Amino acid sequence: MSNVTLRVNGRAHTVDIDPATPLLYILRNDLGLQGPRFGCGLGQCGACTVIINGAAVRSCITPTSSVRGEITTLEGLAKDGKLHPLQQAWIDEQVPQCGFCQNGQIMTAKAMLDRNPHPTDEQIRQGMSGTLCRCMTYYRIQAAIKRVAGRNV
Amino acid sequence: MIRREFLKTSGMLIVGVSAGAIVGPFAVEADAQAARGLYPDPDFHQLDSWIVIHQDSTATFYVGKTDCGQGTGTSFRQMMSDELDIAYKDTTCIMGTTDITVDQGGSGGSDAIQTDGWPMRRVAAEARRVLLEMASTRFGVPVAGLAVSNAIITVKADPSKTITYGELIGGKRFNVPLTGANIDATTGVAKVKPVQELKIVGLSPQRYDIPAKVDGSLKWAVDVKLPGMVHARNVKPPVAGAKLVSIDESSVRNLPGFVRVVSKGNYVAVVCEREEQAIAAAKQLKCNWQKPATPQLPDGSDGLFKYMRSTTPKSSQTPINIGNVDGAFANAAKMIEAEYEVPFQGHNAIGPGHALADPSNGQMTIYSNDMKSYGMRNGVAQFLGMQREQVRVIWMEGPQGYGRTAADDAGFEAAYIAKELGRPVRMQWMRDEEQAWDTKGPAFTFKIRGALDAQGHMTALDYAARSADYNHLGYNEPDTVLIAQLFGQRRDKPAAGSSAFPNDLYEIPNRRTLLEVVGLPLLWETPLRTGNLRDPNGPQSTFAAESFIDEMAFAAKADPLEFRLRMLMAGTGEDSGFKRARSIAVLKAAAEKYGWQPRPGPNPNRGSGDILTGRGVAYAFRNQTVIAQIAEVEVNRKTGRVWVKRAVVGHDCGLVINPEALHRTIDGATQHGISRALYEEVAFDTEKVLSRDWVTHPTLTHMDAPARIDVVLVNGDPNPNRPDLPHYGAGEAAMKPMIAAVANAIFDATGVRLRRVPFRKERVLAALNAAKV
Repeated sequence: MSNVTLRVNGRAHTVDIDPATPLLYILRNDLGLQGPRFGCGLGQCGACTVIINGAAVRSCITPTSSVRGEITTLEGLAKDGKLHPLQQAWIDEQVPQCGFCQNGQIMTAKAMLDRNPHPTDEQIRQGMSGTLCRCMTYYRIQAAIKRVAGRNV
Repeated sequence: MIRREFLKTSGMLIVGVSAGAIVGPFAVEADAQAARGLYPDPDFHQLDSWIVIHQDSTATFYVGKTDCGQGTGTSFRQMMSDELDIAYKDTTCIMGTTDITVDQGGSGGSDAIQTDGWPMRRVAAEARRVLLEMASTRFGVPVAGLAVSNAIITVKADPSKTITYGELIGGKRFNVPLTGANIDATTGVAKVKPVQELKIVGLSPQRYDIPAKVDGSLKWAVDVKLPGMVHARNVKPPVAGAKLVSIDESSVRNLPGFVRVVSKGNYVAVVCEREEQAIAAAKQLKCNWQKPATPQLPDGSDGLFKYMRSTTPKSSQTPINIGNVDGAFANAAKMIEAEYEVPFQGHNAIGPGHALADPSNGQMTIYSNDMKSYGMRNGVAQFLGMQREQVRVIWMEGPQGYGRTAADDAGFEAAYIAKELGRPVRMQWMRDEEQAWDTKGPAFTFKIRGALDAQGHMTALDYAARSADYNHLGYNEPDTVLIAQLFGQRRDKPAAGSSAFPNDLYEIPNRRTLLEVVGLPLLWETPLRTGNLRDPNGPQSTFAAESFIDEMAFAAKADPLEFRLRMLMAGTGEDSGFKRARSIAVLKAAAEKYGWQPRPGPNPNRGSGDILTGRGVAYAFRNQTVIAQIAEVEVNRKTGRVWVKRAVVGHDCGLVINPEALHRTIDGATQHGISRALYEEVAFDTEKVLSRDWVTHPTLTHMDAPARIDVVLVNGDPNPNRPDLPHYGAGEAAMKPMIAAVANAIFDATGVRLRRVPFRKERVLAALNAAKV
């Protein structure tokens, strides 16, 4: 065990942990965050996604000791009490069924749009392809992303 | 004041909980920590068990359902608000927690709106009636002289005289008994409103649960933390039927945070202080397992189908035998015969099974996403040898498995370990465990024959289906959940399971069905145990039956839609005015939306390059809901990849409560059907399930989402002389025909008939190559 300092959603936290622990468990169990979720522990489904240095990162396979830079979770997307446009689009499109995977969908979409604000349909499919939904809300997710990208849907 | 006190004390004021406040898991959890003493069963024969009116004229509805992600809570609020004459925004809904909500069984069978919506509407209507009576007494005006809107009652003759629901009863009990032989029949004196008077039903308020699901504030069952809680992970047998000989606890004893190895029979779990420690310890624990003398499973799906065809069935359902099938075949102008196969498919929720059990106060509280929380309460109590009044289940949102949590293994396991340790225990299954050991949708084989006369009319259908469904898992039964099986418990008589024939509405004069269930050699402690997966046998049997109808249409050189319509219009029985007429309306609506041009398959204009296009239709009845789906596919003849580019869904589930929420439910179920058509299959060898992650049990991804989904809600009975249709179910219906629609579209595009699910690109390419497409 050792002290590790993480910057999450604009705040610094120091935790006494085994630094090899995947970031997901530290975020959920030590910092009490609920956005990133355990889905597979294998980096395959995306439910655990957080954003680090602008990239969508699978926190379930990311050793905490390897993290450099600010971590943003779903809870950190809203600014000054105003939802991020993607979150608002998710509400406007009524995207979720159960909603368990939607953390990963929203965070992956954010990293994608930050890099490429006006993706083509094919770029959206490619960019989101590794983020799974077992309620199969893909069609509505893509509609919500297009809405944020300023596209007619 | 906590809810349970309200339920047992009368006439007391309760602290006003405004509808805007967070009423949900947070409040319930606070309630839980304060709770002492036995957990009551809210009496469904008391109005107070269903509805509380607060002093600010808001209302809380307590219902005995759970939401599988379709937003049923929003629809319950719409129905109850409408009957109560209160604004939707001034209500909240609490679901599924066993000691504060009546037992409506949780969710399942797409019956939330169809069945459970009725007592909800009736009790809300009764509350409105009682409030009007109270106002009548207050003003000395007969009820007929009062008007009510948005929880305000007004004297019609003197509109200056008004009183609110809150002023009449806010925070106090109704003390009004209800009647009805069972909870579904619960009723007061009041009658529900006719459809024409419903104002909130039919609107599409946004689902109340969604904002907290997209901003990270919702507390799910996975998020609950209690002081002193520890983390548990299971260690499963390495091969099916293995016996535990010994455990070398020293292999993990010195790991950081190690608490205990818990084991009984072939059940093994490791408990540690921290989650990552439990994961590591479960991987490192050395167990000595004895493999069975001979392998216990068929050799993959190939071996399974061979076994299913050759073994003697364990059970069968009453066969249908109408007309003279053999005679019709003897006189047929043309006879078609085909066999179909559907493998085991997993539930595979996006989040594996989980629960937190708290043994405080000698009782047991389970925080769970179990869709049947009431059944879990009873099952766990029996399993642990506790009184049921000592056990309660707090239902919270969770990842949906569409039937997986009907027998919630993790809840039983958490409760067992918590009782052993005397500490709160969080059980979490891992992905490989969920993929390998969750319940499976049953595999099927089919053998179907059909006869055509010289005019191309179908004169006979001879349908035989076998499912691998013997010992089908029951709902939260204390002797059939996996931990009980691993403990060594056995039923003398395993559940019979079921096979299926999907649709008897086509007018075919001579019909025979044979519905059989086979058992696999290993019936207990098997990773191939079956459970209810969204519309349990429907997608399989509809795939076979509706593929076969397509084959008959091709043989008759008929358009597949017109071939179906002809058989639906031919009927003259009682059904023809209702079920068949609605079926025709739904098929026609879907065809019109799609722009269906009548022609026989395959598509003469399929394309000449790598991409071949085609369309396929399939139709089904589920309970009282009728559905038609049209798939338009692109098949890449170089790679075998199938893309459902467009899906059109005609859907009639009677009175629609929330059209936008229904649209999304249908979207999801349709894509779920595409996933099962194109990808899903449980892989296994003779020893174990080989599907252990999302590579080895693939699922639909964003790459496969249709470019367009059109949903046509066909709400209505074509007979204007019949009363308005009631609300039917919708959670599973759109799951039913989609596999068949995709298969029929692939045939239309390629001329190749795929009779084995799933249609992964390797299988499609092999079939195209064999047919030289």
